[in-house]
Amino acid sequence: MVPFAGYDMPVQYPAGVMKEHLWTRASAGLFDVSHMGQVTIRARSGLYEDAALALESLVPVDILGLAEGRQRYGFFTDDNGGILDDLMITHMDDYLFVVVNASCKEADLKHLQDHIGDTCEITLLDRALIALQGPRAVSVLAELWADLAYMKFMDVRHCRLHDVSCLVSRSGYSGEDGFEISVPADKAEDIAKRLLEHPDVQPIGLGARDSLRLEAGLCLYGNDIDQTTTPVEAALEWGMQKARKTGGVRAGGFPGSARILAELANGASRRRVGLKPEGKAPVRGHAKLYADAEGKTEIGEVTSGGFGPSVEGPIAMGYVPVSFAAPGTPIYAEVRGKYLPVTVSALPFITPTYKR
Amino acid sequence: MLKFTEEHEWLNIQGDVATVGITEHAAGQLGDLVFVELPDVGAVFSKGDDAATVESVKAASEVYCPLDGEITEINEAITADPELVNSDPMGAGWFFKLKLKNVADADGLLDESGYKELIG
Repeated sequence: MVPFAGYDMPVQYPAGVMKEHLWTRASAGLFDVSHMGQVTIRARSGLYEDAALALESLVPVDILGLAEGRQRYGFFTDDNGGILDDLMITHMDDYLFVVVNASCKEADLKHLQDHIGDTCEITLLDRALIALQGPRAVSVLAELWADLAYMKFMDVRHCRLHDVSCLVSRSGYSGEDGFEISVPADKAEDIAKRLLEHPDVQPIGLGARDSLRLEAGLCLYGNDIDQTTTPVEAALEWGMQKARKTGGVRAGGFPGSARILAELANGASRRRVGLKPEGKAPVRGHAKLYADAEGKTEIGEVTSGGFGPSVEGPIAMGYVPVSFAAPGTPIYAEVRGKYLPVTVSALPFITPTYKR
Repeated sequence: MLKFTEEHEWLNIQGDVATVGITEHAAGQLGDLVFVELPDVGAVFSKGDDAATVESVKAASEVYCPLDGEITEINEAITADPELVNSDPMGAGWFFKLKLKNVADADGLLDESGYKELIG
């Protein structure tokens, strides 16, 4: 067990990180992600449109255009265009349901309260969040409780699982098909135990959660993105829709929009890229990156790195100047005083199996 | 003569040469190893110096030199297949052979029962 954002979390279960990772890609892994913040945003007017427009003042995401029962990835930005947190945003019937990072939960609530608290009611829910990820997640849920095969990637539905009212999204953070299940806190243990009784399901700790999301090219807030990185630097343009970009119907109107829209038009000076070390040595977070094998010209830093069990080799992500960002560019990473050759690579490192 | 350190290394001492590895307890704590970096043959270390690096999926850890000495041989089999350290830590998963500067220094290390007591 290790402390993580104020919670005691398991790094690994007895199977170990390697087996847990491979099990998730082959079968179904259960992750307790209850530390994340689950928040509802309701306009005092009672209208979805008012809640959507209010949240749009804090994120560069098209929320008004989000269909009911659909979810979208987004991020809170600050006045400099930096990222305050990343989050998942769902259009429920007449309100918004958002999931934020544990480490940012309190700050996010204050941010929402300070900026849109006059028009919206912001509520932190006392619910657990269980992720079931992997190719057999859908069949496990069908065998136990409910056939959710009709749901597409990023669909969200109210479902009864073992007679408990749950909010289920077909999403996750592993690069696999799967579900995130929001459960009333007092029912979570029972639901988790029943899932774990299924032979296709194993519990997965933080270690494999990290290696799975790294292979999938997904950012970990506080490592790969923070207030010093903008969405364009972080290669998260896909999280900003046409309506909010220059020329769109609701262009701008979010914190840092001047810088972010300018970077969308002209590019940023640096970019988050995938990195594949040529040898077997893992290159980990905070390793410095260089243009040359002698370590004369420092160009950036690794933000996440380790070993990819499915890739069967070391993988990493980091920031480099755009002139070094093209896949195939050879650069070097400093590890224990040596300059190891690393190749800039396209993300993700695996092919995701989302059911779009 | 089999000796142990509090840093979870074992030494099998024959004459003035110690074969050094990490204990089953340490291998279990580290989890599946994916990378091992060994010292160069001929390298001279003092007790407590970083002599090797082992990496699991999650983290890198150092293996300390258990006594003063010179590296005379390294086990390249574990750099080719780090999993050997997990599957046979006290045997085929050995790390290096160390020519001891003072064999008598080994008296200060733990014996097997002392080590077992340490790890509970």
